[in-house]
Amino acid sequence: MAKLLGKLHEEKVFKDPVHRYIHVRDELIWRLIGTREFQRLRRIRQLGTTYLTFHGAEHSRFSHSLGVYEITRRIIDIFQEKKTWDPEKRLLVLSAALLHDVGHGPFSHSFEKVFGVDHEEFSRDIILGDTEVHRVLLQMGEDFPVQVAEVIAKTHRDKLIVSLISSQIDADRMDYLLRDAYFTGVSYGNFDIERILRVMRPTEEGVVIKSSGMHAVEDYIMSRYQMYWQVYFHPVTRSAEVILSKILHRAKELYETGYTFKRELSHFKTLFDGNVSLHDYISLDEGVIHYYFQGWMEEEDSILSDLCHRFIDRKLFKYTEMVSFTDGHLLSSYFTEAGINPKYYLVVDSSSDLPYDFYRPGEKEERLPINLLKPNGDIRELSRESDVVEAISGKRRTDHKLYYPLDLIEAIEDITLKSKIKEILNR
Amino acid sequence: MFEDHLKVVTLIQEAGEVVGRKKLQKMVYIAKKLNFPFQEKYQFHFYGPYSEELTLKIEELCNMGYIHEVKEKVSGYSQYRYAVNEEGQNLLSTYGAQIDKLGSCVRSMNEQSSRFLELVSTVMYFEKLEKDEIKEKVQTVKAKQKYTEEEMDEAFNYIDSLKGQVQ
Repeated sequence: MAKLLGKLHEEKVFKDPVHRYIHVRDELIWRLIGTREFQRLRRIRQLGTTYLTFHGAEHSRFSHSLGVYEITRRIIDIFQEKKTWDPEKRLLVLSAALLHDVGHGPFSHSFEKVFGVDHEEFSRDIILGDTEVHRVLLQMGEDFPVQVAEVIAKTHRDKLIVSLISSQIDADRMDYLLRDAYFTGVSYGNFDIERILRVMRPTEEGVVIKSSGMHAVEDYIMSRYQMYWQVYFHPVTRSAEVILSKILHRAKELYETGYTFKRELSHFKTLFDGNVSLHDYISLDEGVIHYYFQGWMEEEDSILSDLCHRFIDRKLFKYTEMVSFTDGHLLSSYFTEAGINPKYYLVVDSSSDLPYDFYRPGEKEERLPINLLKPNGDIRELSRESDVVEAISGKRRTDHKLYYPLDLIEAIEDITLKSKIKEILNR
Repeated sequence: MFEDHLKVVTLIQEAGEVVGRKKLQKMVYIAKKLNFPFQEKYQFHFYGPYSEELTLKIEELCNMGYIHEVKEKVSGYSQYRYAVNEEGQNLLSTYGAQIDKLGSCVRSMNEQSSRFLELVSTVMYFEKLEKDEIKEKVQTVKAKQKYTEEEMDEAFNYIDSLKGQVQ
């Protein structure tokens, strides 16, 4: 592979609250960070609507991407001495680590659900399309951008380098757990990353963990479990996410039924039409979305206007534990009777609606588990060796919440109807 | 409310019983690729297309008491069987909607091995490539499975037959 981009004259460093310093020694990495597609990640929050619950959660996908790069760089530094590591792959893995989230848009999860777009496809398009990122990657060889895209898509032939960026214990998860814990201010997301990096071992089939490091991994699994339930699935955050998703649904529905918006829909039009181009997609960030939401607060359509007010002013839906199917349908008919559209104001949110998960080993060949390397060379799945992990991963735990606007229910004039609704919600 | 959960219950009901999580994952993926209305997001994993969202949805359905899960040991590892229980059948009869032509496809898939469905779903994952490129890609990402040329041709034919059923 012809390396046209070499080492920098002088190492560059980014001051980082999680890893202290992020070190950049390669011209390739430095130039990728400077591209407009990567800089755009500064304007997209890593945790979407979580800042409405944990006010410190303002960190961006830019800082997370740098963090994933830094962890990967440190892992590779440790792997350099191992026979199973191919040093030729270094820049490929580092580029993939840095760019793994480059296709994320603002509030990606909701956008993907409503508009059927896929951030992974956009990552691929940014890496392979007519972009600054592509032009920088191309300087490493004609095939280099394709290889980076394949590592990120997990379809690259080298399972080891794929597993560094994407597996049950990878640079991505390790950075976001530490970073999200730091910025939300919670104390339970921490674990001993230095120890984990020291006990990682490269194999042809991916990274395994030396069994002497099992307790450090237990700590990581506990962090992941606690962050899942305490931060990622926080009911208030989910309430904001539910409203955000309903805003997008409503705006799309209005557009499709010929409603005339007061403000030109230039950024949203192709999304609504289902033919968003790479150029349009890259121009979206959270600033743009907030600009539209502010404008939609003044729309004639009372549902769109109300939902936008709720999102911008943090007047969120209340929630209760999910009622039964039958009660849910009954509530839906009561809402309609009261003039509250249940499609927008009565929403079930499930743990399966989240883009996060916690560790469960699963069935054989269901997904790749965390494997421990025993002193005799045997490989054992983590939960078979660790009672702590077995305890939390063997147990089924799911959750459903029902979201509703309490203020609208309180305003229902028909006392009987109001009490029927409240009776079900308070069960 | 819970429309996407109901579709998963419908698929399992049509299959009768599904043995193995991997098999169920691939059945839903293939059904989705055949344009049946499944919304679960899939990503490529070590063993082919995989949806964490589906895994959680099945777990939720088990916890809600609509799907019956049996865990059994098969040659040293855990395997799971899934079937719709009485509660689930009541749910389907009250709120379920027929998904036209799904039944025959699902029953056909359920008769295949999970190894073959892993191949079929992987081929479908790379469907934008040319046939020869798909074969090369499968041999690269699934080197360990050692799929033969005959198996791959069989997978292409099988996909054609499924597409024929839904047309």
